[in-house]
Amino acid sequence: MSTNPERRGMHDMGGDPDHRWSGPVPRAEHVLAPWEKEVDAIRTLLGRKGLQTADELRLGIESLSGEDYARLSYYERWLRSVVHTMEVKGILKPGAHAAKVAELKARRP
Amino acid sequence: MPHDGHDHHHDHQHDHAPPPDDPSFSSDQALGARALRLLLEEAGVLEPGEVARQIDRMDGITPSMGASVVARAWVDPAFRKRLIETPVAACTEMGIDLQGTHLHVVENTASVHNVIVCTLCSCYPKPLLGIPPDWYKSYEYRARAVIEPRAVLAEFGVAIPDSVEVRVHDSTADLRYLVLPARPQGTEGWSEEKLAAIVTRDSMIGTAIPKA
Repeated sequence: MSTNPERRGMHDMGGDPDHRWSGPVPRAEHVLAPWEKEVDAIRTLLGRKGLQTADELRLGIESLSGEDYARLSYYERWLRSVVHTMEVKGILKPGAHAAKVAELKARRP
Repeated sequence: MPHDGHDHHHDHQHDHAPPPDDPSFSSDQALGARALRLLLEEAGVLEPGEVARQIDRMDGITPSMGASVVARAWVDPAFRKRLIETPVAACTEMGIDLQGTHLHVVENTASVHNVIVCTLCSCYPKPLLGIPPDWYKSYEYRARAVIEPRAVLAEFGVAIPDSVEVRVHDSTADLRYLVLPARPQGTEGWSEEKLAAIVTRDSMIGTAIPKA
């Protein structure tokens, strides 16, 4: 984490002051995988139910370390943010998601 | 795949094959998504089947919905005025629910070309255009659209004359934009349906111009 309060967060890319993203805009498009649609749908439903506002989604994404932000894919960042918000709100116990993933992984063929 | 000559092995492999409808079901990401859905269903926050229904709903939202709104605005000046002044009501007229999205419609004219970006994330008029394209979410588009929009547009094959002002609109969690492209010359007398067919997704983001 940066100790300089004037330094922008990783997400704050507009204007590209550090010239990190000056290359051509990548134009390849992919069809969303089923799991990506699932994350999108979960997030939309939580928003509609008032359990995670768009600002809360953004806060969860923007609180990721710069390393994670760069490493994770778009919907992986969303997933991390939703889990974070649900933990903060006491809907999920901390660690419950990781435990469920491990449980599913153990049953994976 | 190595072949050991025991053809009967092939029969057993079917037991371990992933369901054909979901090739990514066993990826770590897929497990992460499924774990979240199951936990939220167990917590009573989501009903079983609710996520699948929302996926179907989202699959049904395509840029053709935005295109139908644009085409109506091109043929009906009173609708065009309502779309700009009261976009939620105008979309409701067309049977499109903006789902609480605050929409601002920006109109391209002979002197202004509008482009939409979300520098901080990927805010987008999803109820009208569906899921944003990958390039809209790319770091390069987010970083550069606000500082060198003409160069970015050139990459999309759009050349804006120097005499035309380029306005870039940075979306937020609370405010989404839709570009109302200019109706191209040579479309006089076209039906609304025929007009809608030339209104591309990118033209409603500002990175393309409809062509007759």
